[in-house]
Amino acid sequence: MTVMISFEAVSKHYENDAKNAVENFSLDVDEGELSVLVGPSGGGKTTILRMVNRMVEPSSGRVLVGGQDVAKVDRVELRRRTGYVIQQAGLFPHLKVADNVASVPRLLGWDKARVHARVNDMLDLVGLNPAEFAGRYPNELSGGQAQRVGVARALAGDPPVLLMDEPFGALDPIARARLQQEFLALQERLHKTVMFVTHDVDEAVVMGNRIAVISQGGRLQQYDTPAQVLGRPATSFVADFIGADRGLRRLAVTPIEVGDLYAPPVVSPKTTVAQALVAVEASGDHWAAVASEDGRLLGWVEPGQVASAPSDNGSSTVERYMRPVGAGVSLDSSLKAAFAEMLQQDAAWVPVFDHDRYLGVLTPDTLHAALRRSVGGEPVPV
Amino acid sequence: MNFFSQVAQFLTTSSNWTGTNGFLAQLGRQIELSAVAVVAAVLAGVGLGAFLGHTGRGSFVVLNSANAARAIPSFALVTLIAIQPGIVRLQQGGFVAAAITMFALAVPPILTNAYVGVRDVDPAVRSAAVAMGMTPRQVLRQVEIPLALPVVMAGVRTASVEVVATATLAAYVGVADLGFNIFAGLDTRNNAETFSGALMVAVLALLVDLLLAGAARAVTPEGTRRTTRAARQRGTGLMWRQAAARS
Repeated sequence: MTVMISFEAVSKHYENDAKNAVENFSLDVDEGELSVLVGPSGGGKTTILRMVNRMVEPSSGRVLVGGQDVAKVDRVELRRRTGYVIQQAGLFPHLKVADNVASVPRLLGWDKARVHARVNDMLDLVGLNPAEFAGRYPNELSGGQAQRVGVARALAGDPPVLLMDEPFGALDPIARARLQQEFLALQERLHKTVMFVTHDVDEAVVMGNRIAVISQGGRLQQYDTPAQVLGRPATSFVADFIGADRGLRRLAVTPIEVGDLYAPPVVSPKTTVAQALVAVEASGDHWAAVASEDGRLLGWVEPGQVASAPSDNGSSTVERYMRPVGAGVSLDSSLKAAFAEMLQQDAAWVPVFDHDRYLGVLTPDTLHAALRRSVGGEPVPV
Repeated sequence: MNFFSQVAQFLTTSSNWTGTNGFLAQLGRQIELSAVAVVAAVLAGVGLGAFLGHTGRGSFVVLNSANAARAIPSFALVTLIAIQPGIVRLQQGGFVAAAITMFALAVPPILTNAYVGVRDVDPAVRSAAVAMGMTPRQVLRQVEIPLALPVVMAGVRTASVEVVATATLAAYVGVADLGFNIFAGLDTRNNAETFSGALMVAVLALLVDLLLAGAARAVTPEGTRRTTRAARQRGTGLMWRQAAARS
């Protein structure tokens, strides 16, 4: 991975303030990475962000973009190739949506036809029908729509770097969640290098490839993946900031892996109860999954219970005593989804599928082990 | 003959309308004088005010001097300029002295409104303009001035009405505009003549106000007009509440 944005021992001091706004801050953001700066309000996150496009000049240290010291680049040029999205979008109220989006391409001197095509592409990209929205004024948009236009405007000049300062902060929770997901989908396709400022831990965890936790005075406390930050907070500040319920947040950012799964004995539906009992006792467990020849999960059975029933001598097949399984989860979902399914079904385990293929089950114990695995802890034998 | 029929008679006598000092010629001079003063004040005031609003520097000194200047009575100023020895006095039969006075009257509201209009542009909008790579000049011309235009126009409107109404003073220093009949009537104790002149000025001032109100609406960017029914009702409600609070 090449580094796209690099802060080298950057400090910012304001004359009328005894304390530094930003203190000896160093950070690398890889090309195509979405890096989140998260921390309490007034901690210097926005100041740090605005150093990238020279809206703020550092008192000492350097900021490099694409290996080039931004202090040596013309401000106006630099800003035209750096996208910038702010809270409440900051759209030009006197210009139509199309003209707002066309701002940077026009500053770059593109010809009319190219600007027009680009505006339509950008509106499509953010999910706004150009025919419907291009001619509207910002005061005719909802908060979510305005913010989409803000993103379209920031991307219109095709900048390699995108700066986002609490872009979804003013939206209601439902619109915010939707825009977060849409932006992540967009980022999958565009692979911009994004720096994203928020004070919301949940947003940071959802959005970031890596999260930089920043305390008052622009001090970097930890810079790592969401799973690491939540699972292994580097300092007591980080632990306090991400909160006591960080365990629950970790579930949301930890994907299920095949190695996490518990594999109960599997029997075919034609197995006799007596055979199943042998298999179950051999495994030290008390139940078995029932699966077809081609690996489809059909149900589960507790042969011990059945064998002790007076009506059965162990010679009937498990098919007869098989119990149905509830909905499982797919391998690409999070531990949180699996845990939610477990609670929903009031079950001690939940099956995990790769498409139709049954892979194994997650239990509370394996869930715990998966959480430890995600931060590089010693795996817990099940 | 009562007073109002005297006024009616004065206004309907055609010889009072024609000739070098008739109403039509007076009207032309009044409009010319006012237009020269307001246009000059717009040229000087909008640019300076917008610049001060954009940079925020030096605004305290400039704006306070401008507003302090409003305390100088126009009557004193026009007389002073007209009687001072020098080149201005006799030029154009007092027109220049009157124009300078009207200019001084027009600048403060135009300057102040241009300053306030630009200063009060939403900081988020300004910040977005800078961040996308506009030069300071582009920010001013493409964003700040268009958004400040309604406030700027309100200043021009105030200044224009003040100037049109006050330009009657020019008659005192030799410019025979609509003030001519007012002063002539006072000299000859012809109250109907004075009143007729005053009436003409009042009508002209009202027309100018209406005209500029229309112009102000025309320059308000469409996206910032409050055109929705809800917005209109909010506006009406606000005016009603203010009226209620005053009474």
